[in-house]
Order: sequence, then structure tokens, then C-alpha cells
Amino acid sequence: MNPEPVATTGVSAVAPPLSGGEPPAPSPTSGAGEPQSGGTGLAHFSRLGVLARWEIALFATFVVVFIVGRVLSPQFLTNYNFFNMGLSNGELAIMALPMTLIVVTGEIDLSVSSTLGLASSLLGLLWMHGWPMPAIIVVVLVCGAFLGAFNAFLVTRVGLPSIAVTIGTMLLYAGIAEILLGSNIVSNFPAAYTNLGVYGVPGIGLSYSTVIFFGLAIIFGVVLHFTPFGRSLFAMGANQEAAIFSGIRVKRAKTILYIVSGIVCSGAGILYTFRLSTAEYDNGTGLVLSVVAIVLLGGVSIFGGKGSMVGVVFAVLIYSGLLDALLLTGFPQQASGIVIGGLLLLSVLVPSLPEFRSRLRARLQRRTPPAGIAHSDSSVDQPRATENSDSKAGQGSPRS
Amino acid sequence: MAHHESTPARRRRPLLVAEMTNPDGALVQATESPQRLVDMVFRLREYGIIVVLILFIAVTTGIQPRFLGQQNIKFILLNATIYALLALGETMVVVSRQMDLSVGSVLGLSAYVSSNLFGQVHGIPIPVVFLAGLGVGLVCGVFNGAVTAFARVPGLVVTLATLYIIRGIDISIIGGGEVVASSLPAHFSAIGSDSVVGIPYVSMVVVVVIAAGTYFLRSFRPGRELYAIGSNPDAARLVGIPIARRVFTAYMASGAIAGVAGVIWASYYGTVDSTAGTGYELTVVTAVVVGGVAIFGGSGSAAGAAFGALLLSTIATALYALGVSPFWDPAFDGLLLVLAITLDRGIALRLAEVMRKRTFRHEP
Repeated sequence: MNPEPVATTGVSAVAPPLSGGEPPAPSPTSGAGEPQSGGTGLAHFSRLGVLARWEIALFATFVVVFIVGRVLSPQFLTNYNFFNMGLSNGELAIMALPMTLIVVTGEIDLSVSSTLGLASSLLGLLWMHGWPMPAIIVVVLVCGAFLGAFNAFLVTRVGLPSIAVTIGTMLLYAGIAEILLGSNIVSNFPAAYTNLGVYGVPGIGLSYSTVIFFGLAIIFGVVLHFTPFGRSLFAMGANQEAAIFSGIRVKRAKTILYIVSGIVCSGAGILYTFRLSTAEYDNGTGLVLSVVAIVLLGGVSIFGGKGSMVGVVFAVLIYSGLLDALLLTGFPQQASGIVIGGLLLLSVLVPSLPEFRSRLRARLQRRTPPAGIAHSDSSVDQPRATENSDSKAGQGSPRS
Repeated sequence: MAHHESTPARRRRPLLVAEMTNPDGALVQATESPQRLVDMVFRLREYGIIVVLILFIAVTTGIQPRFLGQQNIKFILLNATIYALLALGETMVVVSRQMDLSVGSVLGLSAYVSSNLFGQVHGIPIPVVFLAGLGVGLVCGVFNGAVTAFARVPGLVVTLATLYIIRGIDISIIGGGEVVASSLPAHFSAIGSDSVVGIPYVSMVVVVVIAAGTYFLRSFRPGRELYAIGSNPDAARLVGIPIARRVFTAYMASGAIAGVAGVIWASYYGTVDSTAGTGYELTVVTAVVVGGVAIFGGSGSAAGAAFGALLLSTIATALYALGVSPFWDPAFDGLLLVLAITLDRGIALRLAEVMRKRTFRHEP
């Protein structure tokens, strides 16, 4: 049941037209859609091929993780375990969605976990002062929007590098959370709300956070891949100058993304607080690195301009499946970072391997031939080597 | 943005104090070359940190005179020493437009491996322990550097991964145990605590190391090339700078330095468990950026980064001394970082404007 909604979004988003204005009808059959939209040009086609292959690799990894999990522990493929898996990673997964869009534009938001923590603190503080819960939730979400807007202001209007800005606001927001709540721990939330954190959605058997994640993933995926706004995010990530000159309102788009990120992350903070039934100032500390790891594992380029929502959703599934399998087999939970880090490392190393190999080959060829013709030889060989690997990549995609 | 390119100009005429203290005057006077101007502004940036530091100390001492007590100074310096040392390595990496997020994990692993040696090998000499820490750091640095430089993968992602991996290795080695202070020989713990007039010996050594590092970065070819790479990687490649080798070396140095910092950490804190150094990477990056190193490379100095570390450490202690809740500390650091980069941006824009006007004036 788990992978089903993913599979459908997966099919529709694998082959988005890179420049198409009209949204294509997302065809549910995977084989037919891809070659049709990819047939316009060779470069176009191979680029799609690379993207699609990355998602296929992720899908394969996902399948392997779940098979290995099943082999290692009989409890792995049970409804109860799926529920737990979704429960413990729901907020993380939700925060990965706006992060994906932001990274696609070539920026980053490292303040997400502090936004979560601040939302949690504010929730606790207001509840301590006897506010009604619906009002608190509205205030917390509005506050999240302001936190995002502050990031956006510094990044887009002052023109500062987002990585430095959001390291700063990460500290700042975490600090404000500490100031708000101090060493207080608020935990007397009404059961009607904390139940949202620990019980599943009736009839589905998944936690609320999981269902919200899949719902938001579809919305974010559609926005990213099938709307002019979403396509413009890729454009500004690939080449910001070009995007500005072609009339894309880069600053406005980034502002929207940061505000959305602030809102979504404070929403995640509310869920987090209800799940643990406690509001503490350091809720969610350190989650940001996992969020970034998931987004990059999902195939989104840290330099922007590349990535897909399907990849990120698979990365979320791989991440939570892997952590859960390790937990069930008694692997020390803290040390699971080795596996997550290794996966992240592989996810950046593997795509760079063909280029590395062709560079190495070119280098070896430059060294080996006899001294007399060495220079002219290498200058001929070098482009040929890269051409070879390119054409191989082109041939590879229809086969896979 | 490489601001030290004008060595001939600097040799021709020594920098006047009046120019440094009066920025507007300097902008008018220094018409020899635009590089001189850039040079000067970035110097001002470093002096700015020192001024802020002195102001902060003065205000705090004014309110709470005991702030400048020997014990307190020692505490601040020891705290700052470890961060400043890490900031030296981080500066090398950041000026070449990369980032090393694994320093906290490397510090933790090295702290455990080295301090654990005392329990395993009876009477092991302290230099050997330092070499062990250095070795651990070197291995981590070589790995980071090799992957980043030779596979051409963004260092930010690589070190984000090794941040997890090295911490995971650390945790698997340690298990539930820890090194306790009582198992360390007294003369090892003394490294992190012995001082003269409130200034710890280890801080003096680190100051010398940072001075040497700063000098190396600004005056030696491999150091200058790191700035060139961070300033414009494509141009650096075209002029024949071995980018991969330089970036590799920077990561190696950062790892090695973090390894040594781990040994100092162990001698200072005594108790080493698997959480040692958690989160240090972000404080170090903050210190480096507050200290005037551009996050996208090409400018800044290790000395500035060290002052950034000292400033952060001073603020933390000053808040405590002033009776402000320590809960305010991270918010202050974050605000400082945002202010610092905003200021840098303002200076850069102003500078670009002045330079543009000047080129127009010279061109006809």
C-alpha cells in the first residue's frame, strides 16, 4: 500500500516536457509516455534519460532496502511497522518538500529545523498562557510565514548568500525558541490533539503526518513539474541571469518559496509537538542535516536546476526504510549515520563516475604515447573519449 | 576579490595609519590602484572585528568588573582556542569555495581515539597521543579531499556525508562507554589547563600556529592559489593552478587540524563520550564568516576567523557574566552572523560603486 501513491506520481513526473507551456495529461501507463515527449531532440532525450535513470536507481534501491528489511526481520513488512516508520519520519519528510523546491532554485534553507523548534516553543508558550488551540495553530503558522519571509528578505532583497543567511537564522530562530520557552517543558496538551500524533488516520492505517506528507508531495510535485511557476524554478536554478532576462520574477519566486517553507516547517513543528506531547526549546535540533541529505539523495543538484519530486519521495522512503530496518535488526541507532552518510556519498559519487572515468582515460592516454606525437595525439583523443561516453549514455536510456 | 595581489604596490609605499582609521579619506587618497583599495577595505574588515571585540569587553567590564578576572580570561581563551584552531582549517577550505562540515565529527573521533590510548597503552608518551590524533584527522581529511577534489563532487555534500559517517564510526567504536577524566594522566590534563597570568600555554601555541597559517595563506604560492581558486575557479584553471591538488591539500589540512584540536579538546574537557564536538561545524563556520571570510571564497584571513571565534566565545561568557540567561547565546550568534554578512554585502556594494566611478574617470 505504501508505494502505490508514489508510483502514480512517479510515472507522471518522470517525463515532464522541459519547455512545454501546456501541462500534459499525466498518463498512467509508464512505457508510452516517455519516448513521446522525449523525442523532440537528442539532447533533450538524453537529459531526460539521465533523470529517469536516477529515479530508476532510487526505485531499485528502495526495493532492495525493503527486501533486505523483510529478510532481516519478519516484522518489517507489517502494517504496524509501516505506521511507525511514517510516524517517526513524517515531519522530516514534510520538511524535505519545500526544501526540494528551494534547492532546485539554487538556494538552501538550513533554518528548517529551527523553525520547527520555534513553532514548537511558541505552541507550548501560548498553551501555557491558556490560549485556545485553534488560535495557537493559526498564530504559529503565521509566525512561520514571518520566519520564512525574514530569510527571503535577506536572501532576495539584501542579496546575501542563502547558505550563510540560513546558518545565521538557524542559530537565531533556535535562540529565540530558547528565549521563549527557556527550560520549561510543556506537556499538558489535550488528548484530542496529541492523539493526532500517535494514532493513524481512520481507515488508512498511516499516521497523520504520513498522509499529510503524501498529500503535500503530490501538490508540490505538480507545482514543481507541471506549472509555469515550477518550471521557472528550474530555469533560475540552472541560470539565474538568464532567468531574470527572460522575465522570470526570480526574487518573488524565491520569496514565496521561503515563506512556504516557513509555514510548512512550523506545521511540521505542530505535528512534532503533538507526536511527542511535549514542547521543548530544542525540539527538532539537528534534523536539518537529515532533510538536506534526503533532498540530495533524491537527486536534486546542490547547485540547483536539476531534480524531481519523485526522486525525493523515493529518497524519503529509502531513508525511513533503511533506518527502520537497522533499528529492527538491533544496529545501534545513532551509528546508523554511517549508512545514511554512505548512501548520501554514493548518491553524489555514482553520477560523477562516468565523467571521472573519461577524465582518467584522457589523462592516461596523454601520458602513455611516445614522446614525439604525444601532444597532437592527446588533443584528438580527449574529445573522442568524452564523445564515446556521451553516446553510450544516449544509447543506455532507451534500453533501461 | 583576491585582495593581496598588490604586493609590489604595498612594497612601494607602506600603509599609512591615517588611511586605515579614516575610511572615507582612504577612499579618496588611495588612487594608485584599485587593488590597494580592496586590500585596505578588507583590512578594515578585520580591524572591525577587533574593535567590536574590544567594545564588547569594555562594556561588559564596565558593568561587571570581575569579567576580566584571570579565571574568566582563561576560560574564554581555552574555549576560543579550540574553535580558532578549527577555524584555521576551515578558512583554508572556505577561501577555496568549499566547505568542511565534518570538523566536529573528526574532532570527536580524534578526541576519543587519542585519549583512549592512555587506558590501552600504559605510560604512552604524550607526543605519540598527539600524533595519533593528527593521524585520525589526516585520514578523514584525505578522504574528504580525495572525494571532493578528484571525483569533482561538491565538498559541502561530501562533508555532510562524512559528518554522519565519522560520527557513526565514533559511536560504534565507543559503544556506551566513555573516557573519564580520572583515567588521563595529570600532565596530559595539564595541557588544557596550565596557564601563566591567565593565558593558557595551549592558547599561546595555537596563536603561533594561526599566525603561521595566516602568513602561509597570504604570502606563499599554494596559499595564494587557494584564494585564486575561490575567487574564480575557471580563471584559476586557465592560469594553470592545480585546483584538485590544492583543494585536496586544504581538506587534508583541515582534517589534520581538527584531529589535533580533538586531542586538545580531550585534555581540556577530560570526559570524552560519543557526543564530543557535536554541532561544532556550524559554530566554526559562523566564526569564520563573522571573522570576514567570504562564504563563497576568495577573501578573508585565518587571523580574522580566529578573532571571529574569540568574539563568539567572549559573547557567550559575557552574557553569562552580565546575568543574561545563557539561552540568549545562540540568538546572539545568529544575529551577529546575519549582521556581519549584511555589513560585508554593504561594503562590497559600496566598493564596487567607487571602483566603477574610478574606472570611468580614468578611461577617457
